[in-house]
Amino acid sequence: MAVADVKISGAEALVARHPAPASAAKWANEARDGAMARLRAMGAPMRRDEYWRFTNPAILNADAPRHATALVTDETPVFDGFDALRIVFVDGVFDAAQSSDLSGEPHLSVEHLTDALATDIHWAKDVFGVLEAAGQTPVDRPFAALNTAVAQSGVVIRATGPVSRPVNLRYLHVAEDADAVIHHVIKVDDSATLTILENGPAAARFNKAMEIMVGDGAEFHHVRAQGRDHDRQCVSHMFARVGKEALYKSFTLTVNGVLTRNEHVIDMQGDDASAHVAGACVGEGDFHHDDTVFVTHDAERCESRQVFKKVLKSGAVGVFQGKILVKEGAQKTDGYQISQGLLLDDDAQFLAKPELEIYADDVACSHGSTCGAADETALFYLLSRGIPRAQAENMLVLAFLGEAMDEIADDDLAEEMRGRVAGWLERHSK
Amino acid sequence: MLSIKNLHVKLEEEDKQILKGVNLEIGAGEVHAIMGPNGSGKSTLSYVLSGKDGYEVTDGEATLLGDDILDMEPEERAAAGVFLAFQYPVEIPGVGNMTFLRTAVNAQRKARGEEELSAGEFLKVVREKAKSLKIDADMLKRPVNVGFSGGEKKRNEILQMAMLEPKMCILDETDSGLDVDAMKLVAEGVNALRDAGRSFLVITHYQRLLDHIKPDVVHIMADGKIIKTGGPELALEVENNGYADILGEVA
Repeated sequence: MAVADVKISGAEALVARHPAPASAAKWANEARDGAMARLRAMGAPMRRDEYWRFTNPAILNADAPRHATALVTDETPVFDGFDALRIVFVDGVFDAAQSSDLSGEPHLSVEHLTDALATDIHWAKDVFGVLEAAGQTPVDRPFAALNTAVAQSGVVIRATGPVSRPVNLRYLHVAEDADAVIHHVIKVDDSATLTILENGPAAARFNKAMEIMVGDGAEFHHVRAQGRDHDRQCVSHMFARVGKEALYKSFTLTVNGVLTRNEHVIDMQGDDASAHVAGACVGEGDFHHDDTVFVTHDAERCESRQVFKKVLKSGAVGVFQGKILVKEGAQKTDGYQISQGLLLDDDAQFLAKPELEIYADDVACSHGSTCGAADETALFYLLSRGIPRAQAENMLVLAFLGEAMDEIADDDLAEEMRGRVAGWLERHSK
Repeated sequence: MLSIKNLHVKLEEEDKQILKGVNLEIGAGEVHAIMGPNGSGKSTLSYVLSGKDGYEVTDGEATLLGDDILDMEPEERAAAGVFLAFQYPVEIPGVGNMTFLRTAVNAQRKARGEEELSAGEFLKVVREKAKSLKIDADMLKRPVNVGFSGGEKKRNEILQMAMLEPKMCILDETDSGLDVDAMKLVAEGVNALRDAGRSFLVITHYQRLLDHIKPDVVHIMADGKIIKTGGPELALEVENNGYADILGEVA
């Protein structure tokens, strides 16, 4: 079979493994049909696609997930210490019993995806499948199209003002062959603020998409901890459209998982907006972690930052594909991108593809990528003060990840993330 | 306290002998100074004693209170009481100075089987010691040595020394990069730590520092050996006449 045929039959296989969603409102059916058509046209991703050069999509294309045992731990779940509204999914299915009562929270409305999609007139019409579709240019993102086409789980959230409590989307994993698809639609109205926290592995294999419309002067904060199940597989997409003077901030912590591909597609459409995307990951052994980021500057005086740090050990692989596209007319753009790999032994790999594409003449864009071992001089300094080697190394690892953690605006949330990494390091340095 | 016998050291990476038979006996409570021209092996001696990688001991021994320190890991030497004040203190972005100090103090206490200090106890002690070294709260909060001036870095070294209360303090060119006022402050910090149970090895190029930290014994080191030992007057002689006379005299 020719390459194109393989991609097309691969897309059919992706479609076939998920039940077709029940018919919804006309606009929603059209959005799903549109996504299905996109997927069929672009085909399934393949290793030889430039966008998948560093990450083999086979495990995500496979008919069934690789079995993944849910991690048993007596640790407090991430974000438990925060007064948050909880929305719980078990193996990708909403669990009302474990979720908070979401009615009555000021400035916030939350609906189930299927309910919203069944409503004839709904604001989600302008977001659902719309940002995802826009994010398919110039690069295909077939798993996101698949997600829009088949997802039957997720929430539709709208913030109409400052929402004081964070919304915590918690993804529990039970069945070792669970294959979850979740799609969230979020709208932060002009001048409103919303914080979304996500944690947990969700399933053996997890395909998550989130579309976020950030209105003028609005703020959206996102902090995510991706669950520690060792054999977990995940592909996630965040599609954001950021309005005038708005702020979009996202941080992701990843520990463990055989395959994680986190894609971020950010479109800065209003002047003077900011978008910060950061990620920290620590992995050992059979661990492959890919951050693929695409930030488009399509307005004046916008600022964007990408800060990604990966700590890798014993066969672990880290990938970063990050792009800043500055469109014509996006003058005074301030774009920054840094990706760094810390290799704790000779057996780890960090692969980076930083890209800048600039069509405006008055911009400041910088990018850097480094990869190396721990700083011997710093290590000796710590040892010479009596700090045992394992502890000293952990301190340097935490310090290395610090720049990414610093991107979290809320100090308590940043501390929560630091604590989780410190815990992982302690367990792994024994 | 510290006894060095016939210490021979070469660089691990290349076949270059740096120390060629150093002998040194430092008694408890004594302050010894080592002076010498560039490249004589002074800094190498401080690194070898504190356990830095890259050096190979080919002969001789070094003991602290009778224990062989050359066989110990750097962190074990620290817990045993060796402290090196670095010539170039290392900047560690992302590690808070306070966290660093507390981790070090408690790691050493733990290694010695002592109770760890609580956050409150630690804070009380560190504030008091920082104050006398004119180290403000901001310097304690900042990442280790990051953005510190030369003087601040050296004061931070002395603060670590004060917190860790080592038995054998090695000061590697602590006066380099310091103005007179900063040097006085550092010297006062060191003098405050002088104690019958604590010894000092002060490595310096200049007599200047020794005006403030008065040594009991002065050694001149050249070409990997101690070639002359005397009282404080030896430092003055170097100051006035340079090393040429002494080197000539020995040769």
